[in-house]
Amino acid sequence: MRAARAAALVLALAAFAAAVAAGADALAGRVAEPVVKIDRPGSCVEPTAVMRRDHMKLLLQQRDRTLRLGIRDTRHSLKNCVDCHADASTGSVLGKDGFCESCHRYASVSIDCFECHSPERQARVAERK
Amino acid sequence: MTPPVHYREIEGRSSGFWSLVAILGLFIALALGAAWRMEHEGHWITGMSNRVVWGVPHVFAVFLIVAASGALNVASVASVFGRSLYKPLARLSGLLAIALLAGGLAVLVLDLGRPDRMVVAMTHYNFKSIFAWNIFLYTGFLAIVAAYLWTMFERRMNAHTAPVGMAAFIWRLVLTTGTGSIFGFLVARDAYNSAILAPMFIIMSLDFGLAIFLLVLLAAARGTGRAIGGEILGRLGGLLAVFAAAVLYFAAIQQLTNAYIARQHEVVRFFLVDGGIYTALFWFGQVAIGGVAPLVLLLAPAWRKSRRALALASACVVAGGLAQMYVLIIGGQAYPQVVFPDHEVSSSAFDGVVASYAPSLPELLLGLGGVALALMLTVVALRLLPFLPQAIADPGSDPAHA
Amino acid sequence: MNGSRRQVLGLGACLAAAAALAPGLRLIELAQARSPEEAASKLQRWGLLIDTAKCGECDDCVTACHEENGVKGHGRPATDSQWIRKVNLKDKRTGFAQTLPVMCQHCEEAPCIDVCPTGASMRRADGIVLVDKHICIGCRYCVMACPFGARQFVHEKTTGQKADVPRGQGTVEACTLCVHRVDRGEQPACVSACQRDGGKAMTFGDLKDPDSAIARRLKSERSTALRADLALDPGVRYQGLS
Repeated sequence: MRAARAAALVLALAAFAAAVAAGADALAGRVAEPVVKIDRPGSCVEPTAVMRRDHMKLLLQQRDRTLRLGIRDTRHSLKNCVDCHADASTGSVLGKDGFCESCHRYASVSIDCFECHSPERQARVAERK
Repeated sequence: MTPPVHYREIEGRSSGFWSLVAILGLFIALALGAAWRMEHEGHWITGMSNRVVWGVPHVFAVFLIVAASGALNVASVASVFGRSLYKPLARLSGLLAIALLAGGLAVLVLDLGRPDRMVVAMTHYNFKSIFAWNIFLYTGFLAIVAAYLWTMFERRMNAHTAPVGMAAFIWRLVLTTGTGSIFGFLVARDAYNSAILAPMFIIMSLDFGLAIFLLVLLAAARGTGRAIGGEILGRLGGLLAVFAAAVLYFAAIQQLTNAYIARQHEVVRFFLVDGGIYTALFWFGQVAIGGVAPLVLLLAPAWRKSRRALALASACVVAGGLAQMYVLIIGGQAYPQVVFPDHEVSSSAFDGVVASYAPSLPELLLGLGGVALALMLTVVALRLLPFLPQAIADPGSDPAHA
Repeated sequence: MNGSRRQVLGLGACLAAAAALAPGLRLIELAQARSPEEAASKLQRWGLLIDTAKCGECDDCVTACHEENGVKGHGRPATDSQWIRKVNLKDKRTGFAQTLPVMCQHCEEAPCIDVCPTGASMRRADGIVLVDKHICIGCRYCVMACPFGARQFVHEKTTGQKADVPRGQGTVEACTLCVHRVDRGEQPACVSACQRDGGKAMTFGDLKDPDSAIARRLKSERSTALRADLALDPGVRYQGLS
C-alpha cells in the first residue's frame, strides 16, 4: 500500500516536470530574444564575461567616483559606453533593438540611468540643436 | 476596586460599517490614482511650483503626523502619569497613533518626486538632516507603540505597560520636536527659522491628537451602541480646552515677538493683515474656529455637559488645525524670500512677490487619501481586535482623581 | 681666488639654484590644470565675482546657461527650471535701481546640504555644490532650505538632455558652476557669454589661488556676499551692492 502511494507520487512529479518543460519550450518562443548589435570594431573596456556579470557594479562605482570625487575616467564613463554601443541608425542605446534596452527588456530589469542621462551618442546630441 | 474592563471587537456587520469601509476605500483608490498620475506626468499637473514646493499633501501629512503623536496622549496619561481613569481608552489611543502616522507617512512618500527610491531613502542617511532623523523617529514610533499595545493586550505583559509607555512618551516628544524642527531649522524663510516651532508643534500635537481621539471615540461609541461615562468625557473636554488655549498662546507669542523685531515686521503684517487668503485662514480658521470656538463650546456653562458641543469643539479644533498647517506651510513659502533686504525685487522666477498657489485636485485627493487610510486602518483594527472597551462607566473610586 | 670673490660666486650659485628650484617648491600646491583623472581637490575653491555696475539689461548669461545645460522651458514659468535668473532691484529708500544675475551661491556652509536626508545634496572638495541625482528622492527639502531660491525641482519628463548634463524628472537641480566645463579647464557658460557678448561683469576662478584674476580683484576691491548676515560663506561674490 505504501509502495503504491510512493510510486503514484513519483509518477505525478515526473508528469508535472514534463509538463513544465514542455510549457517552458512553448513560452520561450513568445519573448523576443535580445538583439546584441556590435557596430564598432575592437573590444569593450573589459572582457565580455566581466561586462555581462559586472557592468552594473562598474557603473555604480564609476558614477560615485565621477560625481562625488570629480574623477572623470573616460574609459568607464557612461558617455563612453553610449558612444560605442549606440545603434548606428537610431544613435541611441534605447529603443526596440537598442543595446541596453533590448537585453534589459528580455531580462525584465528596469533601467534607471536614462531617466536623467542622455541615451544618445554625443555626436548625435551635438548635431541636434 | 474598579470593576475589570472588558474589551471587544466591533461587530462590523451592519450596512453602516460596510458603507464606511466602501467610502474610505474609494478615497484611498482616488488617492492612489492621483499619486500615480503625479508620478507619471510630473508635478507640473499640481498647483505646486518652484516657489511653493510643498503643497496640500504636506499640509495633510504634517497634520496627520503631528496628530498621531498627540493621539497617544490619553494612553500616556494612563500609563505614565498613573491616571487609571483613562486606562480603558489606552488601547484606542495607541491604535489611533499608529493609524494616523501611517496615513501621514503614506502621503509624504507618495508625493516624493521619486517615490520609487524609497529603498534609497532607507539606506542612505545624512545625519545632519532632521529629515533623516525623522525617518528613524517615525518608524521607531510605530514599533514602540506596537510594543506598547502588545503590553496592554497580552495579560502577562501588563506589568511592562508603564515602562514601555514611558519610552513611548519620551519618543513622541522627540518625534514632534523633530517635526517642528523641520521648519524651525530653516534659515531661508522669515516665517520659520525659530526655536519656538518645536514646542509649538508639541502643543499642537496634544491639541489635534486629542480632538481626533474624541471624535473617533464618540463616533465609535455611537456607532456600536457603547456607553461612555460623562465624567471621563468631561475631563477630556477640559483637557482639550487647555490645549486649545495653549496653541493660541504659542501663536500669539510667535507673532508678538516678530512684531517687536523691526526686520520681521513685514512678515507679521503679511500673516496678520495683508496676506489675503493666509490672513483669512489665520484669523477665521486658526484663531476663531481652531481656538476661540472650542474654548466657548467647552467652557460655557450651558454646554459643559453636552456631548454634541464636545464633538463640535473637536471638529473645530481639527478644522482650525488644518488651517494652521496651511498658513504655516504654504503661507510660509508664499511669502517671498528676502535675498536683498530693503529692496524691491522682481525677476522671471517670481522673486519679491507673494507666490500664487491654488490647491489642485490631485493634491487634495492625495491628502484626503491619507486621512482615509488612517481611518480605514482604525476601522479594520477595531473590527479585528478588541480595542474598544464594552463600556466606560464613570469610575466608582479612583484615588488618583479625588 | 680671494675671499670676497668666492663669496660672490657662492651667493650667485645659491641664487641660481633657488631660482631653478623655486617652481618646484610649489610641490604642495596644485598644478594649474587638474587632469580629468585626478580627483577634485580642496586646495582649490571655484568662485564667481559679479560686478553689478557692468551688468545691464542683457541676459546673455541666462540664455547661455540654459543652452549649455539643456534646460528647456515649457511655457510654464512657475514650474520651469531656472538655473540662473536676472533680478531687478530697487532700493526702497533711495530708489536706486540695478540688475544682476543670481544663481546657486555654492556656499561653504550650504543649508541645502545640511537638510538633505539622503546626502544627495553635496559639496565637492573644490567647493562646487551639486545634487547627486542617483540618490535624490525628490523630497524638495533643499528647495525649502536654500535662502537664494537657487534650487529647482524638475516638474516634468526630461528629454534631449545634453550628454554632459544629466537632468531627470522628480529630482532637484541647480547651477553646477558648469562643472563639466570647469573640469576641462574652461569657464562656466554664463561667464564665457558675459565676457564675449555681455557687459564683462562676471569673473570666474580659483579663490584659493592668490595669483588668479579673481583672487587678486577680491583682495584689492570691495565685494560682498548675498545675505552675508547668514554666514554661509558663498563662493559667489558681488560688487556694487549696498
